[in-house]
Amino acid sequence: MKERNLDINVHHVTRVEGHGNIYVNVRKGTIEKCEWNISEAPRFFEAMVVGRNWRELHHITSRICGICSIGHTLASLRATEAAMGITISEQDLKLRKLALHAENMQSHVLHLGFLVLPDLLGVGSVIPVASSNPEEVKTVLRVHRLANEMSNLLCGRTTHPQRLIPGGFSKIPSMKELAELRERLQASVPDLLKVAELFKSLASKLPDFTRETEFIGLTKPDEYAFYDGNLGSTDTGTAPVTEYLSFTNEYIVPWSTAKRAKHTRDSYMVGALARLNLNYDKLSPLAKKTAELFGLKPVCHNPFMNNIAQLVEVVHNVEDSIRLIDELEATGLQQQPDYNNPPIKVKAGRGIGAVEVPRGILFHDYTYNEKGICTKANCVIPTNQNHGNIELDMKALVPKILDKKEKEIELSLEMLVRAYDPCISCSTHYVKVNFV
Amino acid sequence: MAKPKVAFFDFAGCEGDQLQVANLEEELLDLLGQVEVVSFREVMKEHSDNYDIAFIEGSCTRLQDEERLKQIRKTAKLVVAIGSCATIGGINSLRNDKDLDDVRKTVYGEDARLFDSYAARPIDAVIPVDAYVHGCPITKDEFLSVVKSLLLGKKPDIPTYPVCVECKKNENVCAFERGQYCVGPVTRAGCNSCCVNEGTICWGCRGLVDNPNENSEKEVLIKYGLTVDDAINKFKLYFGWQERKR
Ligand code: SF4
Ligand code: SF4
Ligand code: SF4
Repeated sequence: MKERNLDINVHHVTRVEGHGNIYVNVRKGTIEKCEWNISEAPRFFEAMVVGRNWRELHHITSRICGICSIGHTLASLRATEAAMGITISEQDLKLRKLALHAENMQSHVLHLGFLVLPDLLGVGSVIPVASSNPEEVKTVLRVHRLANEMSNLLCGRTTHPQRLIPGGFSKIPSMKELAELRERLQASVPDLLKVAELFKSLASKLPDFTRETEFIGLTKPDEYAFYDGNLGSTDTGTAPVTEYLSFTNEYIVPWSTAKRAKHTRDSYMVGALARLNLNYDKLSPLAKKTAELFGLKPVCHNPFMNNIAQLVEVVHNVEDSIRLIDELEATGLQQQPDYNNPPIKVKAGRGIGAVEVPRGILFHDYTYNEKGICTKANCVIPTNQNHGNIELDMKALVPKILDKKEKEIELSLEMLVRAYDPCISCSTHYVKVNFV
Repeated sequence: MAKPKVAFFDFAGCEGDQLQVANLEEELLDLLGQVEVVSFREVMKEHSDNYDIAFIEGSCTRLQDEERLKQIRKTAKLVVAIGSCATIGGINSLRNDKDLDDVRKTVYGEDARLFDSYAARPIDAVIPVDAYVHGCPITKDEFLSVVKSLLLGKKPDIPTYPVCVECKKNENVCAFERGQYCVGPVTRAGCNSCCVNEGTICWGCRGLVDNPNENSEKEVLIKYGLTVDDAINKFKLYFGWQERKR
């Protein structure tokens, strides 16, 4: 491979879209350049919310991402609630956790079924898979639909939730609706096991590649943390969320419109694999079994296993949702008289909300004046925290596969990017690699 | 007749509208019987520059994006804007009232100059648009009905009355009655007042009704002592671009 020359330019410029670009140049077997960058048009949300009223912030910041809109809404609400000292009821806490489970399931199933599965089967989209593996595709669609209907039930709609508001909810589902949801979740377990078997039969297609890195995510002593918890790192242990800036250390590289982050090393990873590495012991029983099926144990440093960690999390989401509904059933649902207009005392302050969304830990940090007008905002997005790690993985992966055919190198790099599920705008099948 | 070829494109947006299309699931498969999707980055790797109908999500926020839009206009027979960002400028136009240099600096600090940007605008501020699917996000039903009209060569039927009309039909307690504010009186209907049904308010995501002076919900405005302009300016989340043009 000493003589190998390679130029890879994955571009969105001349073609129409694809906001993620890959550039690799190899001269005589030596990597001269290996870059992962984002050229998506910046949207300036942190500036857009300044001057806006506390009641509007979650509505605005939900629009940062259509795929993680429940997560953004909840991180936003938690920041506003922290700033104003607003507490929510136990019941609302459980309902919010259910909403987060629904989004995580929906997003992971879409990613696994529509984006990863075609790779593993060697085709370009889910459309040919629908004819080659009709049963499996139907199973995936069933689980996906269930997750969407669950989001609808809890949030009013699947994208850009309506019912999630400061102080709680504007409307909640009935116990009957929750009981029906429970039935359907229970009934989806065999479907999930089928999906797990399918992935198991294809798991050998996932590259066996490891590069040690740091994993960051929320942790809690008593649960697999999604909604709240402390900051956890596989390198440095736990810290309160209020110290997030010393973890994220965002910086800018001139060739990319997306920010990046680093902590103790040159990069770190967030997302399903990070959560699993930090919270493995708190997985639900069936989820743990699923992890065992793939030999997935902490600390796993193979980024491609993020796909499997997502699968494990879906099982956890289902089992934990059943548990939450059982708890709600045991106490009975209380109709709070102040739903849709909770009593809130507006005051000045700063609040930070950290929530685990499908692609990793998300931070919203707001400062309000005494009128409840936002004066400063900062949002740290999971995908941005992963960009640096993706690039370093590429640098480590390219030399290992340099003896392969160009097509295979291309596919491995695409699969690496997709394993991070870096928000659909850049992870999808149109991250096209061009050899020149 | 050959099936019309359709392609999806995204500019500055959140992909929430394309997600609604991906979420059609079985209905999407039905639709695939009638059209051929040649480009849809959310779900497929293939891409073709030969298409008849272009669906565009997101606002135009950079001079460099205008070229891409013009190219799409040249290729497509029909251009359909999907979602508020594309139809009216949407949530992106929130920043238009501010000094754009400050906006860039707030987010990118000293390196702001690296990121070129101008006032966020809807697609029809750059190229002619043939049809609109409003909403943030669009609804699956309206998307399907617009597509069906287009396939039949008909003009899609989009309401010109305000959200209040639907809201009253749904017998909601008016947000003003609950001591909140609501821009339903000046906002284009078509969503079945879904946010008010869910216990909140109309935020205005479908944009202003055509000619608000005539088509707004006078009854509600009078009852709560508001003028049309008051209602529009109450909290301009989505109306930024439209208001500026008025
Ligand atoms: S209109 Fe709303 S859902 Fe559509 S891209 Fe814009 S922010 Fe997202
Ligand atoms: S003002 Fe708002 S809440 Fe009142 S009737 Fe109109 S849409 Fe409904
Ligand atoms: S009620 Fe208002 S904010 Fe809600 S979907 Fe309809 S137009 Fe949009």
